[in-house]
Amino acid sequence: MTDITARLDALPGLDPRAPLLQVNDLHVEFRTRDGVARAVNGVDLWLNPGETLAVVGESGCGKSVTAQAIMGILDTPPAHVTGGEVLYRGVDLLRLPETDRRGVRANRIAMIFQDALSALNPVYTVGFQLAELFRVHRGTSRREAKRRAVELLDQVRIPDARRRVDDYPHQFSGGMRQRVMIAMALALDPEVLIADEPTTALDVTVQAQIMSLLAELQRQRDMGLILITHDMGVVADVADRIAVMYAGKVVEEAPVHDLYAHPGHAYTKALLESIPRLDFKGQPLSVIRGLPPALTDLPSGCAFHPRCAYAREICRLEPPPAYRIAPQRITSCHFVREVLGV
Amino acid sequence: MSDFTAVSTAEAPGPRAGRPDSGPRSLAGDAWRDLRTSKVFWIAAVLVVVVLLMAAWPSLFTSADPRDCVLARKNAGGSGGALFGYDFQGCDVYAKTVYGARDSILVGVSATLIAGLLGLVVGLLAGYLGGWIDALLSRLVDVVLAIPFILGAIVLAKRLSSDPESNGVLAVIVTLGVLGWTTAARVMRSAVISAKNQDYVTAARMLGAGPARLMVRHILPNAISPFVVVLTVLLGINIAGEATLSYLGVGLKGDAVSWGLAIAEAGPYARTVAAPLVWPSVFLAATVLAFIMLGDAIRDAFDPKLR
Amino acid sequence: MSDVVLETRGLVKHFPARRGAVRAVDGVDLHLRRGETLGVVGESGCGKSTLARLLVALEKPTRGEIRVRGEDLTRLKGAALRRARRNIQMVLQDPYTSLNPRMTVGAIIGEPYDIHPDAVPRTGKARAVQELLDIVGLNPDHLNRYPHQFSGGQRQRIGIARALALRPEIIVCDEPVSALDVSIQAQVINLLEGLQRELGLSYVFIAHDLSVVRHISDRVAVMYLGKIVETGDHAAIYEQPTHPYTQALLSAVPVPDPRLRGRRDHIMLEGEVPSPADPPSGCRFRTRCWKAQPACADHEPLLEIRQRSPHPSACHFAEIRDVMRRF
Ligand SMILES: Nc1ncnc2c1ncn2[C@@H]1O[C@H](COP(=O)(O)OP(=O)(O)OP(=O)(O)O)[C@@H](O)[C@H]1O
Ligand SMILES: Nc1ncnc2c1ncn2[C@@H]1O[C@H](COP(=O)(O)OP(=O)(O)O)[C@@H](O)[C@H]1O
Ligand code: SF4
Ligand code: SF4
Ligand SMILES: [Mg+2]
Ligand SMILES: [Mg+2]
Repeated sequence: MTDITARLDALPGLDPRAPLLQVNDLHVEFRTRDGVARAVNGVDLWLNPGETLAVVGESGCGKSVTAQAIMGILDTPPAHVTGGEVLYRGVDLLRLPETDRRGVRANRIAMIFQDALSALNPVYTVGFQLAELFRVHRGTSRREAKRRAVELLDQVRIPDARRRVDDYPHQFSGGMRQRVMIAMALALDPEVLIADEPTTALDVTVQAQIMSLLAELQRQRDMGLILITHDMGVVADVADRIAVMYAGKVVEEAPVHDLYAHPGHAYTKALLESIPRLDFKGQPLSVIRGLPPALTDLPSGCAFHPRCAYAREICRLEPPPAYRIAPQRITSCHFVREVLGV
Repeated sequence: MSDFTAVSTAEAPGPRAGRPDSGPRSLAGDAWRDLRTSKVFWIAAVLVVVVLLMAAWPSLFTSADPRDCVLARKNAGGSGGALFGYDFQGCDVYAKTVYGARDSILVGVSATLIAGLLGLVVGLLAGYLGGWIDALLSRLVDVVLAIPFILGAIVLAKRLSSDPESNGVLAVIVTLGVLGWTTAARVMRSAVISAKNQDYVTAARMLGAGPARLMVRHILPNAISPFVVVLTVLLGINIAGEATLSYLGVGLKGDAVSWGLAIAEAGPYARTVAAPLVWPSVFLAATVLAFIMLGDAIRDAFDPKLR
Repeated sequence: MSDVVLETRGLVKHFPARRGAVRAVDGVDLHLRRGETLGVVGESGCGKSTLARLLVALEKPTRGEIRVRGEDLTRLKGAALRRARRNIQMVLQDPYTSLNPRMTVGAIIGEPYDIHPDAVPRTGKARAVQELLDIVGLNPDHLNRYPHQFSGGQRQRIGIARALALRPEIIVCDEPVSALDVSIQAQVINLLEGLQRELGLSYVFIAHDLSVVRHISDRVAVMYLGKIVETGDHAAIYEQPTHPYTQALLSAVPVPDPRLRGRRDHIMLEGEVPSPADPPSGCRFRTRCWKAQPACADHEPLLEIRQRSPHPSACHFAEIRDVMRRF
C-alpha cells in the first residue's frame, strides 16, 4: 500500500519548483439527451502554496465541474473533458493513468463538498473511515491509525474527540460533519485543498467557525486553498485572489482588494452592486436583468452580452480577449476602460 | 383588479422553451395533443383495438370453429384453412387463439380494474389520511400479501364457482382481483405520501382548498404514474393467472377457450408441435406489451416535463 | 392601534415527540402594521417556518392567539376560516417544489379564484390571471406554460402572483429568496418592495440572511429556539443590538468588503443551536453565551425594554454593542 506514495514521488515530469497548480484552457462538456452542455469553456487558473483562490459565480456557471475536473472525479459519460491541461507541479493530471491519478487525489489534492452527510459513508464510524485512509495509503497499523484519527478530529476541534471517533456520521450535527469532512481531506497532508461551497448549508455562526478553522489549518500547513462559493461576503473575508466565472469561463481574475474596489469586468461590477449590505441600508438594489444563459445554447461573442449594461455591437460579434490590466489582473471585457471608469 | 397597476420590474425574459401560446389550456388537452403525435401511442392503440375487436367479435377474424376438433387432423401443419395448423386434439390453433382472446381479455382487464380500484381507494385513503386508518389498511395489505397466491386462489375460486352451470369467468375475475390489489395499493400509498408533503399541496391548503380538491387536483395527478405502471404489469400477470387457475382446474370450465388454457394444454406436447404453444403466447405477449406501451405513453403525456 | 393588521399573543406550537415535545415556537408576541415589513431572522431550526405556518393557519397553535384585523384566526373554522385566509397569504421558500408541476401557470395562479369564486374580479378570471402575470413582471401570454419551463426566479414570481390573487393585506414570505442566485435575488426583492408600495401590503419577511432582511425590513425580530430574543426597528437591531445573540449573529455575517477584514468586531460562538426538544433552562442562549452568569440558568429573561436596552431585549444583561463599527 505504501507503493502509491512511492510511485507518486516517481511521477514522470514532477518538478518541485514548478507552480503548485495550474489549469490551462480547460474544456468540459456534458453530452446529454438535450444536447451538448458546454459547462466549462476554457478555464485558466493558477494557485500558489499558502494562497487562497476564491472561485465565485452564480449557480450553474461551472464552478463545481471545474473542481471535479481538477480532481478527476467527473463521470464519463455524460461528462467529457475535451481540452486543456491541469498541471500539478508540472505534471498534466489529465494525461495520467488512473492509478497514479488516484494517488494524487488522496495525497496531494483533496476536496470537501457542500453536503458533508452524503459524502461520508453512513455505515462506518467516522473513526474507521479516517483510519482507513492511513491504513490504505500509508500502511499504518490499526492502532496507530486510530490514534491519528483521534488526533485529527482534535485538530478540527471536535469536542471530546476520543469518544466521538466511534460515532457514525448521522450522529454529528451539520457543522460537526463538515469538520469531519475537513479532517478526512487533510488526513494525508495534501498540498491543495478544494472546498466546494463548504459552508453554504450552514448557519452564519457555524460558517464563521468553519471558515476560521479552514484559515488556521491552511496557515499551519502552507496549503493552497481553492474556495468555491457564491457568497461575495465570505470571499471578502478570506480570499487572496478571486476568479469570477460566468457561463463556464473565468471572466475576471484579480487580487481581492482590487476586485472589490475596482471591478474590471461588467459582470463583476453588476454582481457586486446587486448584493444587499449588512452594514448599511441602501437604495433599491440594482439588478442584473435576465437570466444566466443555457449552456446548451451560449450567446455569441461575450456570453454576458444579453444582460450587460455596457454591451455594444462588438460584444455580440467578438468574444472579448483576455486583457492583462495589472501584473496579477486579467479580465475579458471589451469595455474594461468604461467599467473601470478610466 | 383593474386598480392594480403594473409595478415596473426588471425585465423578465420569457421561459426557456415552449410553443406559442393561445387560449387557456388544460393538462388533459395538452396530453392529448402530445399523444396525437406519438408513434408509440398509435401502435399500442391499434394493437389494443384489434385485440378488443377480436374479443368482441371473433367471427370477424375467422370462420372456423375452435371447438370443431377432429382427432384425425391431430398435429397437422398449417394449411389454407388453418393458418397455424392443428393441435394435439385436432383443433384449429388459429381459431382457438382468436376465440381465446375474449375470456383472456375479459378476465385480464376486469380483474385488473377491480384490483386497480381497490388499490387506488386503499392506497389513497391510507396515504392521505395517515394515522390509525393508515395503520389499519397497511395491516390489511400485509395480511392479503401473506396469503400464498395459489392456495388462496384455489380456495377462493372453488368457493365462488360452486355453481356447476357457470363457466367460471366471474369467479376467476373476482379471485384475481381480490388477491391482486396489494402491490397497487402499496405503490399508491407511498406515492400519495410523497405527493402530500410537497410544498404545492401546502400552498393549496393555505389558499383554503378542501380535501377533495387537494386529492383530485394536486395529489392524484402527481401520484398516479407508478400506479399506472403497476397496473399494466398486473394485466399481464392476471391473464397468466387465469391460465394457472384453469390449468389447476379451478379456472374456466367446460369447453371454454382462453390463451391461458391453450398454453397450459399445449405445454406437454410442445416438443412434438410448437404452434399450439407459440401462437397463444405470442398473442398474450403482444397484448400485454400493447397495454404497457399504452400506459407508458399516457403516463408520459401527462408529465409536462417530458414534453 | 388601529393600523395593526396582524398581532400574535403568547403563540406556542409544540410538536409531540418521542419524549416530551419539540418546542418549535414557544411564546411569540408580535405585531405588524399596515404597509410595514417585519423581518424575522434566526438560525436554522429556531422556529421561523413554524411561525409562518401558524400565521397562515396551516398549523393549529398549541396555545395563543393570532389576530388578523382584530379577529382571532385560531378560533375560526370552515367557511369563516376560508374567508379569513383571503387576507393573509404566504410565499414559500422553494420555487422548485411550491408549484404543482402538472398544472399550467394559468391554472396555478387561477386556483385561488376556483377556491374563492366570490373573489373573482368583475373582469373575469382569465383577465385577472393575465394581469397578475403582468404585475409580477412575467409575460401574460405565458399562462399555458408549465412551471418547469421557468427559471427559479420566474417561478418565485409565479408564487408571488398566486399569493396576490386574493388581494390580501398581509403576505408572509418564508425565505422567498434563499433558493435564488444573488443577481436573481435582487430582482425578486425589488419586485416585493415595488408591490408593497403600489398595493400597501404588509410583509412578515422571514430569512436567515441578515443582509437581505436589513435591506427590506422596517422592523426586525430576532428568534432563538422558539422565542423572540430582541425586537426593534431596523436601525436599533443592526446598529444598537443589545442581546448577545443578535450581536454574535451580526458579527458573524460576512460583509462583501475586503477592507473590513480584521477590522470588524468578531464574536465567535461556541457550538450549535441546541435541540428545541430539550431547550436549556432559564435563558435559552446561555449554553453559547459568553456573558452568561449563574442567574441566567435560573431566571428566564423577559422580552422587555431594559435600563440599557432602549428596545425590547430578552437578556438580563442587555447592553448596546455596535458590532458593525469598524476599527
Ligand atoms: N411537523 C413537525 N413535527 C415535529 N417537529 C417539527 C415539525 N415541524 C418543525 N419541527 C421542528 O421545529 C423546529 C423549528 O422548525 P422550523 O422549520 O420552524 O425552523 P426554521 O427556523 O424555519 O429553520 P430553517 O431556517 O432551517 O428553515 C425544528 O427543530 C423542527 O425540527
Ligand atoms: N451530471 C451532469 N449531467 C449534465 N449536466 C451537468 C452535470 N453536472 C453538471 N452539469 C451542468 O454543468 C453546469 C455547471 O455545473 P456546476 O459546475 O455544478 O455549477 P456551479 O457553478 O453551480 O458549481 C450546469 O449547467 C449543470 O447543469
Ligand atoms: S465584453 Fe461587452 S458584453 Fe461582455 S461584459 Fe464586457 S461590455 Fe459587457
Ligand atoms: S440572559 Fe444571560 S445567558 Fe441569556 S443572553 Fe443574557 S447574559 Fe447571555
Ligand atoms: Mg456547485
Ligand atoms: Mg424554515
